[in-house]
Amino acid sequence: MNEKEPLFSSKNLKLITDPVGTNNPITVLVLGICSALAVTVKLEPSIVMSISVLAVMAVSNVTISLIRNLIPPRIRIIVQLVVIASMVILVDQVLKAFAYDVSKQLSVFVGLIITNCIIMGRLEAFALGNKPWPSFLDGIGNAAGYGIILIIVAFFREFLGSGTIMGWEVMDKIGLYKIGYADNGMMILPPMALITIGIIIWVQRARNKELIDVS
Amino acid sequence: MENLVNIFVKSIFIDNMIFAYFLGMCSYLAVSKTVKTSTGLGIAVIFVLGFTVPINYLIENYLLKPGALAWAGLPDVDLSFLSFIMFIAVIASMVQLVEMIIEKFSPALYASLGIFLPLIAVNCAILGGSLFMQERQYNSIAEATSFGLGSGVGWFLAIVGIAAIREKIRYSAIPAPLRGLGITFIITGLMGIAFMSFMGIKL
Repeated sequence: MNEKEPLFSSKNLKLITDPVGTNNPITVLVLGICSALAVTVKLEPSIVMSISVLAVMAVSNVTISLIRNLIPPRIRIIVQLVVIASMVILVDQVLKAFAYDVSKQLSVFVGLIITNCIIMGRLEAFALGNKPWPSFLDGIGNAAGYGIILIIVAFFREFLGSGTIMGWEVMDKIGLYKIGYADNGMMILPPMALITIGIIIWVQRARNKELIDVS
Repeated sequence: MENLVNIFVKSIFIDNMIFAYFLGMCSYLAVSKTVKTSTGLGIAVIFVLGFTVPINYLIENYLLKPGALAWAGLPDVDLSFLSFIMFIAVIASMVQLVEMIIEKFSPALYASLGIFLPLIAVNCAILGGSLFMQERQYNSIAEATSFGLGSGVGWFLAIVGIAAIREKIRYSAIPAPLRGLGITFIITGLMGIAFMSFMGIKL
């Protein structure tokens, strides 16, 4: 990219919008499911998780992109892991200091950001071959695509499972309990996260025919 | 001894890595197209988990925990913030080792596992095993080993199971948008519900 190209050229904007929609890391590329699902029982930890991933992803993408010409190809995985791990340690310490309750709820899953396949995948596929600014946008875009799915899943699981949104008793307020609705305890159990994502994929592919798996 | 068996069984069925914690989903979804490759990957995961968890247990207890350095005359040092980076370093080197062993003894398996062997290093189940070991504070290295092996076997069972189902489901008429990924997620969810029935067992 030369100086004449504006910071937000259409090519660069595509780096952000693509992963949110047609190239979504979770529903299309199947990356980063591991840490995504277990935190989605409630909306609040999911939002914290998305922000943490966003931070780790943007910074490590830029870092790797800056040093991409110095890394010997044979040991690149270790170098990438070290960069990611240091970032995750920072995020973990910040969470422990400023949001202790949420950090307790997330338990091991903050540490598991290290092995989040999205981050490794994007470092391998994008940051190693591109300049820092596009890598930064790519990181933000992919983390946003990840976060959106996380938040959608968490919204439905918290709303249908506990009848709350961000801890507010929404179900109670709109009076669904009075007409005989009861919380669906099933939504809180782990398997329902998988089924919810399965349904999101179904909806997305039904709307967007070219994503359909032909095999 | 009874305790070890309990931990082993518990980590296979009740705290199954995939159905209870969704760890290692990336390679679980990507490699589970045929039973043969998924068996290979499953065995590699058992092997790596069975080694990394005890090694990380030693590191955790003799280097990182608050007061763990007492044997070196430094009882006040707390290095626990380093645990992520230490664990991942151990895992990455173990994976390298397993990769070399498989390449030497079974080139066919090596070719079919392809890119997913290095990806074991970033398989969440492996790091997750070490982190759960740290969180649950097992009493001895034997307990940690049995937890590691059990989690590996649980992961193995899950991936071989889903691979078998996916081989059969190819002949079914699934709605087009649900084919492939979507139906795999839903089946995994249903398998998870089945595995939840083990929760009632008290060990």
